[in-house]
Amino acid sequence: VIGVRLRRRGEAEPTPGLIARTDWARPEVRWVVGGAQVLLLALVVLIGLGPVVWLAKGAVTPTIDTLRNPLALFPHGVAWSNLSDAWSSVDVGRYFWNTIVLSVGSWLCQIIIATTGAYVLSVLRPAWARFVTALLLGTLFVPLVVLIIPLYIEIVHPPIIHHSFAESYWAIWLPAGASAFNVVLVKRFFDNLPRELFEAACIDGAGPVRLFFTIVLPLSKPILGVVSVFAILAEWKNFLWPYLVLANSPDRQPLSVRLPAIQAQTQLGVLLAAMLIAALVPILGFLIFHRTFLRGSSLSGALKG
Amino acid sequence: MDGVDVISAETASASEVVAVGGSKLARSRRWRVRLSPVRWVRGGGLSALVFALPMLAIFTAFSWYPIVRLVVLSLQHTNLIDPPTWAGLDNFREVISDPLFLTAVKNTAYFAGLALVFGYPIPLVAAVLISESRRLRGLYSVLAYLPVVLPPVVGVLLWKSVFYEPSRVGLFNTVLSWFHLGPYGWLQSPGTAMPALVLESTWANAGTTIIIYLAALTAVDRNLYEAASVDGAGVWRKIWHVTLPQLRGVLLVTLMLQIIGTAQVFIEPFLFTQGGPANSTLTVLLLVYQYAFGNSVGVGFGQAAALSLMLAAFLAVFSVIFMRLTRSWSTT
Repeated sequence: VIGVRLRRRGEAEPTPGLIARTDWARPEVRWVVGGAQVLLLALVVLIGLGPVVWLAKGAVTPTIDTLRNPLALFPHGVAWSNLSDAWSSVDVGRYFWNTIVLSVGSWLCQIIIATTGAYVLSVLRPAWARFVTALLLGTLFVPLVVLIIPLYIEIVHPPIIHHSFAESYWAIWLPAGASAFNVVLVKRFFDNLPRELFEAACIDGAGPVRLFFTIVLPLSKPILGVVSVFAILAEWKNFLWPYLVLANSPDRQPLSVRLPAIQAQTQLGVLLAAMLIAALVPILGFLIFHRTFLRGSSLSGALKG
Repeated sequence: MDGVDVISAETASASEVVAVGGSKLARSRRWRVRLSPVRWVRGGGLSALVFALPMLAIFTAFSWYPIVRLVVLSLQHTNLIDPPTWAGLDNFREVISDPLFLTAVKNTAYFAGLALVFGYPIPLVAAVLISESRRLRGLYSVLAYLPVVLPPVVGVLLWKSVFYEPSRVGLFNTVLSWFHLGPYGWLQSPGTAMPALVLESTWANAGTTIIIYLAALTAVDRNLYEAASVDGAGVWRKIWHVTLPQLRGVLLVTLMLQIIGTAQVFIEPFLFTQGGPANSTLTVLLLVYQYAFGNSVGVGFGQAAALSLMLAAFLAVFSVIFMRLTRSWSTT
């Protein structure tokens, strides 16, 4: 803790960056750097925020105004009705609920698999753990999309059970759990927890179950946060798999699968409102948990390296 | 450290046994009971297995078995109705002799190449600039990452129905009309369709790379900058001789990740253009999709599996060769 505090305090001081402190005294350096900073800010706002802000504007602009001039700012007032039309008349409310159910189920499945799996591989370490770890690392090399065909056949004609899972949410929840990336990520976190704690707990008579729930899980909140936000975001963004396995039950499809169909059904303003509703949860979630998102994003780069 | 723990635990339990049994006999008996199921359960073998069960079941069902099944499918004629028959390498032959195969490979390589031209240098420049701005760093990172959290379907539909709208009132065409240019049919002509997809995809994905670079930049030793300026190096020479060498490992990783990611491009061509116009945006995964689900579901599963397998094999071989070749340059 002290080390972290020291580092934070160190960051607050002006550390020498690319531009030396002596160079900052020269006016032309300050002008060039200042200009580059303003340009960067303008570009980042325009590119990162611009499309989102435009989407929000388009969602409450009458379709006819958007079609006439996409850059005009509410020439004939605001059409809040787009949002209510989208919510009720094209059933976005229902698809929104479907998306939540799908995301929460996938999240639960991923968390259970990642924590129990990593606990076995990192803490309990039976003799066969090495073999499973090697298999998981090998699985990391297989991109998920190339398994779409065998997975689809397995869901529609499962072996042993002989009852199709297509059109059911289990077809999305269960395969979501098979994320080798999650297990490896959580395992690496568990690997760095102090072994002494586990030994102390064992000496105090805690069994593997108690150890898992009272020591390991409470200590791993940071990594569980990272896995959680990415699990929910991934399911919210998911398109191809739900599009395939829920193809014949439009009532059960999530928003991202329905949006292309909504585009064919309705006018542009209502479509944009539906898109804004679909984007709202990830955007708000990101703004609230941005630290977790950004840490997780850099973690994934480090892990894959 | 682990080894020490294990040894101390072993000696502790051994001395315990010696204390109880007091002879060599006790030790040998201990060896025998250790192999029994009771001992296995007491020693935590059962609980480890119970904890591992969800993982083993899910990965077997949805990861390891499908990998094996993919290989089997690529060697079979199958249509989901009749029992499958062995086909040898027929599926592979059919895919390779399909004129669309070469088109798809070329298009995917074109997409990956363009994505490198757009998407590789821009995040690096942005990250170096952002890391220099200490006050606004957090704001910049959040803004740069924002497009990443948007659902890809929302991004694609927004760009398709508004930004790339081919008439005069499309957003890009409106802006260009201020300079008396256009209107352009961005997605409608074979020449511009692919660059248009790459542009949207770069917008949607660059944030992740920027964040990875920013994290790597914080690890750059700032004293090196000071040392370099003492030696009289300017900003450019510092970037060239300090920043880039320190980022070498991360730069190689993001290069590999980007190539692997863009080789799997699907949703952009699927939603923007359905592979058109004139197959100019038909990518490998879109061809897989068309084989499997294009005309009647199930007829082309063999070819789809064969093509998926070729893609997976290519990516695996590529990553191994890439890591071998770059091992000596990488810092990590």
